[in-house]
Amino acid sequence: MQKTKTYVSDTVSRLKPSGIRRFFDLAASMEGVISLGVGEPDFITPWSVREACILSLEQGYTSYTANAGLWELRKEISDYLARRFHVLYDPADEIIVTVGASQALDVSLRAIVNPGDEVIVVEPSFVSYAPLVSLAGGVPIPIQTSGKHQFKLQPEQIEQVVTPKTKALIICSPNNPTGAVLNAEELMQIAHIVEKHDLLVISDEIYAELCYDEQYTSFPAIDRMRERTILINGFSKGFAMTGWRLGFIAAPRDFATAMLKIHQYTMMCAPTMAQYAAIEALQNGAADVEQMKKSYRQRRNFFVQSLNEIGLSCHMPGGAFYAFPSIQSTGMTSEQFAERLLLEEKVAVVPGHVFGRSGEGYIRCSYASSLEQLQEAIRRMKRFLERL
Amino acid sequence: MKLTEKEIEIVELLEKHARLPIDTMAKMVSLSVSEVEDIIKKLEEAKVIVQYATIVDWRKVDGHEGVTAMIDVKVTPKRGVGFDEVAERIYRFPEVKSVYLMSGAYDLSVVIEGRSMSEIAHFVSEKLSTLDSVISTTTHFILKKYKHDGTVFEQGDQDRRIVVAP
Repeated sequence: MQKTKTYVSDTVSRLKPSGIRRFFDLAASMEGVISLGVGEPDFITPWSVREACILSLEQGYTSYTANAGLWELRKEISDYLARRFHVLYDPADEIIVTVGASQALDVSLRAIVNPGDEVIVVEPSFVSYAPLVSLAGGVPIPIQTSGKHQFKLQPEQIEQVVTPKTKALIICSPNNPTGAVLNAEELMQIAHIVEKHDLLVISDEIYAELCYDEQYTSFPAIDRMRERTILINGFSKGFAMTGWRLGFIAAPRDFATAMLKIHQYTMMCAPTMAQYAAIEALQNGAADVEQMKKSYRQRRNFFVQSLNEIGLSCHMPGGAFYAFPSIQSTGMTSEQFAERLLLEEKVAVVPGHVFGRSGEGYIRCSYASSLEQLQEAIRRMKRFLERL
Repeated sequence: MKLTEKEIEIVELLEKHARLPIDTMAKMVSLSVSEVEDIIKKLEEAKVIVQYATIVDWRKVDGHEGVTAMIDVKVTPKRGVGFDEVAERIYRFPEVKSVYLMSGAYDLSVVIEGRSMSEIAHFVSEKLSTLDSVISTTTHFILKKYKHDGTVFEQGDQDRRIVVAP
């Protein structure tokens, strides 16, 4: 092919590769690394769920399902959302089973974004939001939350960036990477501004099951917000099912109908065997989820207190399985800190700036690792800090 | 005895990992070290925590492989003491590791450990069957232990996750 012409689209050319990639390559090439860089549970999917999948395969359930997903699964999702989060969605035409929450995000954005529409992204955030907005033809507008507010979105920050072109706001609570949880009152203040500026909200609630200190509030449960919210959730985090790639969207009929068009042309349906497993997860998985949540909470308490003891100041994150300590006292950048910690002590963490500008000066440590690994990681980090 | 949520958490942690350092446990349940020590002491005194034992895989120790058998025992209960008297006569033998009163086809389930099959056979024929109340015994030898008291013996515990993920 001639090099004079570029074949890759302008949109994709402009996308920055994920900042996590470099660390992954570096850490993967080393032996004896304790990785606190993993954004997924350390539990294997509960056996009853795996067993249900095996049974479905034995019975030969290997064909496509309806585009929106198995009717039985959509009914279970509808019941689950009502039971756990007090939000009501009709399984007939308001729920779509997707290939992970990631696809749910992609479909949601493509369904609502016109070229040039602005979508507000609350940073530090999951690395996919801004690129997905760009791929959908929109313009991502970052808001930087601050450690001073424990990385909770301040409603007035929305007002500062809103323009006539603003279409939607993406929020994620509990948050990756900060673990911040927005409570009912804080969500109500956000809702007020959302309504004032006639915005839509994409609420990524993938960590909703992992909220440790208070009752979780789902955004569409806030007064008058259901009609302007696209709710995204899934099985990856709470049910320890990352590799199954199964998530879902719940949204008012008009949105769901639009999203289903994209989903049916691009994905047809989510994997059938994973859908059968998910039915079991929703019917009988609550005790397993509760058990895992308890274990994360204990490890969070241990890890965050230990970080503070060795001199890395860290707020107590309300949810997810990440600690987001400040490394500003070391005078290093996040990247320098993470790289030296990896090379000198073989502990892999993710530098905060890859999640957004306001993540600079912080590192993300996943505490979804065995207690022994966490204890050893703390010992190594302590040694590292003492040497500086 | 009614326990608080934190007390139950401590018992559960110890049940899985009896050697968990107290300061680690204190952080995990957000209590001080002395608070945790007090709770453990209280639970030990109340015999809620009965003992700290170790699960050993003796198969890995040369010359100590041993044999375990589960014996179903039918007995005649005695007026006034029911099954308790005969159960006690059985569990006093040190080679008897556990004794349970069962519902169903037989009365007592006895787990016994010995150095060899003949040692267990000797115990059954000489000690157990000869007890007045014992009507019959059925001995099942354990061929392989897969899981014991919630612990899987051979467990591949390698982490299959990729090293860094968003």
